[in-house]
Amino acid sequence: MNTEAMPLVKPRSFRLRHLLSRLWNLRTGVAGGLVVVVVCVMAVLAPVLAPYDPYDGEILNRLRPPAWMERGSAEFLLGTDLLGRDYLSRIMHGARISLTVAALAVALSCTLGTLLGLLAGYFGHSVDWIISAGLDVMMAFPFVLLALAVIAVVGPSLPNMIAVLGITGWPLYTRVVRAEVQRLKVLEFVLAARTLGASDVRIIVRHLFPNLLNALVVIVSLEVARMIILEAFLSFLGLGVQPPTPSWGGMLGEARELMFDRWWMAAFPGMAIFVTTLAINLFGDGLRDWFSPYSKNY
Amino acid sequence: MARYLLRSLVRMMVAIWGISVMAFVLTYVIGDPLTVLLPWDTPREAREEYRRQMGLDQPLLVQYLRFAGGAVRGDFGNSFYAKKPATSLVLERMPATLILTFSGLILALAISIPAGVISAYKRYTWIDNVVTILAIAGQAMPIFWFGLMLIILFAVNLRLLPASGYGTWQNLLLPAVCLSVFLAPITMRLMRSGMLDVLHADYVRTARSKGLAEATVLLRHAIRNALIPVVAVIGLQFGQLLGGAIVTETVFAWPGVASLVVNAIRNTDYPIVQAAVMLLAGLITVINLITDAIIYTLDPRISRQ
Repeated sequence: MNTEAMPLVKPRSFRLRHLLSRLWNLRTGVAGGLVVVVVCVMAVLAPVLAPYDPYDGEILNRLRPPAWMERGSAEFLLGTDLLGRDYLSRIMHGARISLTVAALAVALSCTLGTLLGLLAGYFGHSVDWIISAGLDVMMAFPFVLLALAVIAVVGPSLPNMIAVLGITGWPLYTRVVRAEVQRLKVLEFVLAARTLGASDVRIIVRHLFPNLLNALVVIVSLEVARMIILEAFLSFLGLGVQPPTPSWGGMLGEARELMFDRWWMAAFPGMAIFVTTLAINLFGDGLRDWFSPYSKNY
Repeated sequence: MARYLLRSLVRMMVAIWGISVMAFVLTYVIGDPLTVLLPWDTPREAREEYRRQMGLDQPLLVQYLRFAGGAVRGDFGNSFYAKKPATSLVLERMPATLILTFSGLILALAISIPAGVISAYKRYTWIDNVVTILAIAGQAMPIFWFGLMLIILFAVNLRLLPASGYGTWQNLLLPAVCLSVFLAPITMRLMRSGMLDVLHADYVRTARSKGLAEATVLLRHAIRNALIPVVAVIGLQFGQLLGGAIVTETVFAWPGVASLVVNAIRNTDYPIVQAAVMLLAGLITVINLITDAIIYTLDPRISRQ
């Protein structure tokens, strides 16, 4: 091939085609991202979109089946719950709780975990030893049991649950950030910065942190899915979001006694969780492939 | 090998110590056992008297040493409600949890290892796609909901298996399947990527070119090495697998440690929570040592790192 004839700047149409073909290769990730957007819109606009008030129901309308089943009516597309509240409206409002809890918990754990990982990776020695020991403890121990035990002590409530999930969720970030920083800090650009007299803080903030963003975005997306599932499980056990606040896990918990005759009561909230976490996972996998195309097969 | 295992043991001991501090801080510092032990209208003087008798007025360090001293001997005090030693209450429930955890583990491996091998071996065919899609779906699956769906399908509609209970293999089947969904996707993906690495390795080409049967190449050369990351991850994930067993137990009313702990948490029965936390931590330690030993036998080079 005659390399001299290659233009230095790729023509616009070529770049666009290249972008589209990359997106096409990551189509499952794109699809996941679109579903995530839909769920977010549903959560934000729930008060406008939901056909009924999720807290208010007519007791006469209780336990209606979904519209397409016998005794169902188009009034309540997904039926009603024990108190006659519209199931669809409660699921739509449930998205608000799930996403809010997951987002806040992840924001907290990501900040904490990244900070600890930066400290451990950059300073090494005793700082690293202490943080790594904490990491060992957290990784060895079932997260669910830990979260349950803390909730038991502090009592179940929305802020408590966010705090527990956020504070106990740091290990994954720390592990990845620590390894990345250990790899990066011996590279030339860091040495160059130090030679020019940059302080530790400046090196960490301006030179190391930007290089961690790709990895962090991927972990964050996967952790949001994990937090949604954890929140749902805690609420399912009655240790998370308290009634009458609509949450997917809480609805599953309420459906537990009723599902033997009414499978849909357990099926719909669970589907909402599953579709959301699946979409987030696909989106996260897509992000990882976007940032590091060569790891695609692994 | 002894030195390598000793190092893992020391690391694990530090972890156990950390967990003991955590268990102590949770219950003695954040929570006040007296609020649970005494009726809410107990007079102040009686409350203080009781606090002195329990030794709860002493410095935290003294209290911690007493807690740790008891923990080493396996003594976490009596359950506030059952009035029996918490340790024996937890140990009574341990076999059920272990049966469930190991059935789930074995089932997950029995599915995921062949699936990973086939998926890598037949890469980019329909079977690889199906297996990969199932793994992705499994990873996103909230297993407590999956358990509920299993109950609705197999116990309520098809009437094939019991929805809960304990004792026979029929009782075990649904919970084990439910738990295996927790681990199988991870091990399958690791097995697949491990096999993809290994299938292009020089020693596999050599094995093929010296005329070994394909089955021998796969079993003796490829799979053996692709298994190493899988074993390592089982060791790392064992704690999370126990967490999955806890989730599964609550769905199927399986009479293991989890249902005991969840009830203890509802009743703020601290000794049981502590005993369960520490005993499970001990179990995880033992499993980690075993997996380290297995990894060493699979790949002796590891001890030199």
